[in-house]
Amino acid sequence: MTTQRRTRLSRFEDRTLFLLGDEAAAYGALYAGCDFFAGYPITPASEIAEVMSRELPRVDGYYVQMEDELASLSAVIGAVWAGAKAMTATSGPGFSLMQENIGYAIMTETPCVIIDVQRSGPSTGQATKPAQGDVLQARWGTHGDHEIIALAPSSVQECFELTGAAFNLAEKYRTPVIVLMDGEIGHLRESISFPRFDDVAREARRLAEPETDAFGGEPVPPMSRFGDGRFIHVTGSTHKASGMRDVSTRAVHDELVTRLCRKISDARAQITNVEEDIAAGARVGVVAYGATARPARGAVLEARRRGCAVDFLRPLTIWPFPEAAVKRLAERVETILVPEMNLGQLAREVERFTSGPVVPVSKIGGVAHTVDEILEAILASSPELRAPVG
Amino acid sequence: MTFQATRIQQMIEINEELCKGCDICIDFCPMEVLAISESINRRGYYTPEVVKEEKCIGCRLCELVCPEFAITVCNE
Amino acid sequence: MNDETIIPGPQRQLKPHRLLKFLRQEILPTTFCPGCGCGTVLNSFAQAVEELRIDPKDMVFVTGIGCSSWIPSPYFKGDTLHTTHGRPIAFATGVKIMRPDLKVVVIAGDGDIAGIGGNHLVHAARRNIDMTVLMVNNWNYGMTGGQVSPTTPFGVATTTTPYENVEHPLEAAELVAAAGANYVSRWTTYHVFPLMESIQRALEIDGFSFIEILSQCPVSYGKMVDMRKASDFLKFYRDRSVRIHKAREMSAEQLEGRIVVGKLVERQRTEFAASLRRINERFREDEPVRER
Repeated sequence: MTTQRRTRLSRFEDRTLFLLGDEAAAYGALYAGCDFFAGYPITPASEIAEVMSRELPRVDGYYVQMEDELASLSAVIGAVWAGAKAMTATSGPGFSLMQENIGYAIMTETPCVIIDVQRSGPSTGQATKPAQGDVLQARWGTHGDHEIIALAPSSVQECFELTGAAFNLAEKYRTPVIVLMDGEIGHLRESISFPRFDDVAREARRLAEPETDAFGGEPVPPMSRFGDGRFIHVTGSTHKASGMRDVSTRAVHDELVTRLCRKISDARAQITNVEEDIAAGARVGVVAYGATARPARGAVLEARRRGCAVDFLRPLTIWPFPEAAVKRLAERVETILVPEMNLGQLAREVERFTSGPVVPVSKIGGVAHTVDEILEAILASSPELRAPVG
Repeated sequence: MTFQATRIQQMIEINEELCKGCDICIDFCPMEVLAISESINRRGYYTPEVVKEEKCIGCRLCELVCPEFAITVCNE
Repeated sequence: MNDETIIPGPQRQLKPHRLLKFLRQEILPTTFCPGCGCGTVLNSFAQAVEELRIDPKDMVFVTGIGCSSWIPSPYFKGDTLHTTHGRPIAFATGVKIMRPDLKVVVIAGDGDIAGIGGNHLVHAARRNIDMTVLMVNNWNYGMTGGQVSPTTPFGVATTTTPYENVEHPLEAAELVAAAGANYVSRWTTYHVFPLMESIQRALEIDGFSFIEILSQCPVSYGKMVDMRKASDFLKFYRDRSVRIHKAREMSAEQLEGRIVVGKLVERQRTEFAASLRRINERFREDEPVRER
């Protein structure tokens, strides 16, 4: 970490500022060591690009505005192989354009961060209004068998922290990591406290020894970079541990793709992060993430105040899906409510891990849930508070 | 006054294992040094043979155009 | 000579081609079709590297998807980024910005660079970012069997224009020159010596360098225009080519069906990655900065 970066960013140290979620995410990246950003303007993520364009030159990093989102992620990946920690930011339509290169980053094990500040879709949708409709796309948007890591901040402070965490996870597992923000949090202004620059945990890039394979040998092989005289061969085609293409040998593909998936799925317990708030005797549970977690938490607290015990589970990691926490919740409660700003996406995942009823509490149209809307759903599901028939 | 022109004898080396019998070298040699031979390599291609090595002027067109790096010219 | 006695002469050592040292020799011969121009482009490129005495350690190759993307990948022994279709120039942009000391070379086909990748081509030329792009133009999508491409000549029947191609081909070199590149030329695989020299110039010059290389595709394209022999194709290039200084004096009708070869443009516009570094100079540690 250069002293120039520390000097330039330390002006925030021990300060509490009032920032947009987008801005906080950008600073989270800068604190994590990001030195390259390539992007394209899109509501509601443009502010991230603007902060990066202003701050990166100050820390001897580079901002480039590419001609489209495909080029943005392309440039990010190229920069990573030239040694950078790199990021891009976009929203739904741009995220759709990036899918092919997300697959390329997965296949080539290129650590990088992609922020998707979700907005109301499909298509152009309600461009300036928030939603949570890209959850399943983040998991399955790109073709082929793969795993992905995706994080969902619920506050401006978390935009800062989880973007930093995304960089660390990207390095640790040599994978692209998606930060699933939403327009609500991205365009929300809140207080954020900056940590001391030296207190931030940063995962250093592990570089491979000269004669070792760049794409095999360990579950997460150490990284390589251009210009070291190793003559590394990076390709999106199926390849051997050396990086050389081999699409003819079945075992090579099996071994590669299995390793790429298992390096993340086997580490599920270490990767997933949730917030569990358990109420004794609860028969109803609420699972909420991102912007929706806030009115959901308010509804849970109000329900408890009215005598209805409710469990609250907030995934900070959307993918890999925190199935262990959901299974634990399913063992405790009868009904699980999943409020989302979509027509039921994470709800489907919750359903996979419980045999009890899962009730999506959907709200689309670009307006976040109110506490009352979620509270009503909680009360309607609560046996002890259901109004007597007749 | 007569001029004695001296020319260094060129030697043409053909790596038959790399050749794919495309005949570009044969067709474009300005001195017609090469011709299609009767010999087939392991991959089933008719490789060129040197028929007029003494005429070679060392322009190295064959060496530079060959898509398989199968022919090279040197002078000893 | 009618010598009856055969005296064994000195053993002729098979001297390896001087450029093989640049290649991953263990995987030769190439998978290119017999007579494919891709091998010639590889040959000319390697010769240019040899003459400029560039150390391959100082190069990065970025390629797309298609036969010509295989020219460096896997054959040239160097750091290689084999990317998604149409995007090598965008990937290369990220590489160059972070490692301006490395020579970044993009080699890909007409469909990749000027078709799906057309947007990236135009903007990289506009930015004038320092890289060398070789667009190997074989007038079709060869790897997939001979579909029409943005450079297929008008009227040609291909596998997806079975009646006739009613699109006009893109003049990629002219487009890139107009977009602002520092160096643009066009040659064919017939013109191996000037091609090799042009590649040298393109590698040396700072800024966006672009060479459109017409290259024979005897199998996929050749089958559709009945030019299945590489030599026939090269003779076609030879006969149809016209040097640019002559072309400038010819009318549109005279230029119909001709291939204009030579250097289209060479200039010294400011280079993009260097300009970014210049901005960063303002914020060097030893210089005081006015904070907001």
